[in-house]
Amino acid sequence: MTTPVAVGIDPADKAIPAPAAKGRGRRQRLGTNWTITIVLAVCSLSVLVPLYVTISMAFKTTKQAVDGNAFSLPLPVSLSGFREAWTLTDFPRSFVISVGVAAVTVTGTIILATLASYAISHNWEHRLFRYSFFYLLAAMFLPFPVVALSQVKLTGMVHLDNPIGVAILHVMFQLSFSVMLFTAFLRSIPGELEESARMDGATTGIVFWRLIFPLLAPMSATVGIFAFLASWNDYMMPVLITSNPKLQTLPVLQQIFQTQFSNNYNVSFASYLMAMAPSIIVYLITQRWVISGLTQGAIK
Amino acid sequence: MATATAPPTTSRRAHRRRVDPVFYAFLVPTLVLFTLAITLPAVMGIVLSFTNSVGFGTFTFVGLTNYVAVFSDPALLHAYLFTLFFACITTVVVNVIAFLLSIALTAKIRAKVALRSIFVLPMVIAGIVIAYVFSYLFANSLPALAQSVGFGPLEQSILANPHLAWIAIVTVAAWQAIPGALLIYIAGVLSIPGDVYEAASLDGATGWRQVVSITMPLTAGYILINVIISFKGFMNVYDVIVGLTNGGPGTATTSVAMSIFNGFGNGDYAYQMANATIFFLIGVVIALLQMRLNRGKAAF
Repeated sequence: MTTPVAVGIDPADKAIPAPAAKGRGRRQRLGTNWTITIVLAVCSLSVLVPLYVTISMAFKTTKQAVDGNAFSLPLPVSLSGFREAWTLTDFPRSFVISVGVAAVTVTGTIILATLASYAISHNWEHRLFRYSFFYLLAAMFLPFPVVALSQVKLTGMVHLDNPIGVAILHVMFQLSFSVMLFTAFLRSIPGELEESARMDGATTGIVFWRLIFPLLAPMSATVGIFAFLASWNDYMMPVLITSNPKLQTLPVLQQIFQTQFSNNYNVSFASYLMAMAPSIIVYLITQRWVISGLTQGAIK
Repeated sequence: MATATAPPTTSRRAHRRRVDPVFYAFLVPTLVLFTLAITLPAVMGIVLSFTNSVGFGTFTFVGLTNYVAVFSDPALLHAYLFTLFFACITTVVVNVIAFLLSIALTAKIRAKVALRSIFVLPMVIAGIVIAYVFSYLFANSLPALAQSVGFGPLEQSILANPHLAWIAIVTVAAWQAIPGALLIYIAGVLSIPGDVYEAASLDGATGWRQVVSITMPLTAGYILINVIISFKGFMNVYDVIVGLTNGGPGTATTSVAMSIFNGFGNGDYAYQMANATIFFLIGVVIALLQMRLNRGKAAF
């Protein structure tokens, strides 16, 4: 321990320059901390190795996958796993169902939550709106397992024991978090903006669509991403609510490989890869909003 | 709480202003849907927990019979103890690792954007899918690795060992939950003004001393939020267990959520509703504790 590890914050991380930034020049020029960089690179293997295994197993032949070890490269590269997984999970159909559920969840969450949040924050002095806020927020303390059994019964009674019912429930479970983020954001919009729009004769509906909804766009992006991830990756709700196995979403369908085809590892890993790829791609495209949205919006 | 979370956008203006009826159209449909989808099932479950309902047909009220039975069921007691044990251990593991990572990822390192993206990536992968991937690694790769280096205790799959299977579940649950906690910790670490560290280094405090004496106390609020979010999430653990052990070997790793869902198939409807109600009350107690600890800091 002759050279102490200087952990200090990288000044480049500060979006807003601190008022006392003048005297910082010298400190900034201190070099990269290689010890931490190397430790982090090694630690990142814990994330990368399982993903590497998934990819390499998916491209193996059945013979390689059964007797080779998990960490070897797929030589020769084979697509037979994908072909078989494609038909076993009826990928086009299950993919469309998963995308449909996620799309309804994202759209429904953004529309219902922005409308409700605008109504609540605009009429905060009225009891109905104020109490509604706490009513919607209270669902955060109500985990799905507690209401699951009754929901299974009720959705069955009204013939919503299908992906549409799942999407509706996904929206309902996203509301608390989303309304909280939107009302927090609406607080930061000056009331004068809205007043001047109203002076020009705009009705409440027009103010919402032309002014409030566009202003909420950055927060809608964050809310939408979280709604997408929650919906796309959910297992509990579809497995319990959807009664027809032919209408299941992608994550739920992966369970067939645990029983019927448990030795065709290349097929099951190809299927896992096809199930995780869409959310990884969405993440890589949108990570800027994921990270900034959560760090700025949720934590005040 | 009320003053802390109130969006006071309109408080300056006249009180008791007439509400534009359009606002009711914005809010009421959502409230009705929310009530039907979440409140109604919750109330229904609580009412039915005092009956002998089997999920359909007629039933009679049986008072506290189900609750007495829940408290004297050794299998359920085990599920509660296991879930609490799992939630505590995983909360500690996740928060220690995420906190250390947040310090490392805000230090002066190379490839910062790439490293952050890698460490956040597990957040976007479905729990059930990654659990299947890990179940392969735990059942095949890890024993093979242990055999090749001659390490006895790990030559059998830990998933088949009732005393060790929980380690696999904690590992996968933590793998998936660390990114969420990490994002919040990064926000916390970045909220500390750089001059504080500068003053500390002038006084000769470097490395770990800075972490313990500056970063930790100044991010105490974030640590609290993270511990609460993690704990609440882990109490509902379900899909990771389904993917790894399905509650086994035997019932060694059956969680409370799992016992509730399994009971539904066995016609234990009212009994499991009593179980769910108790589970809910435990959640409420945790929520109230959190509000006390966290007064006015964040809405969750």
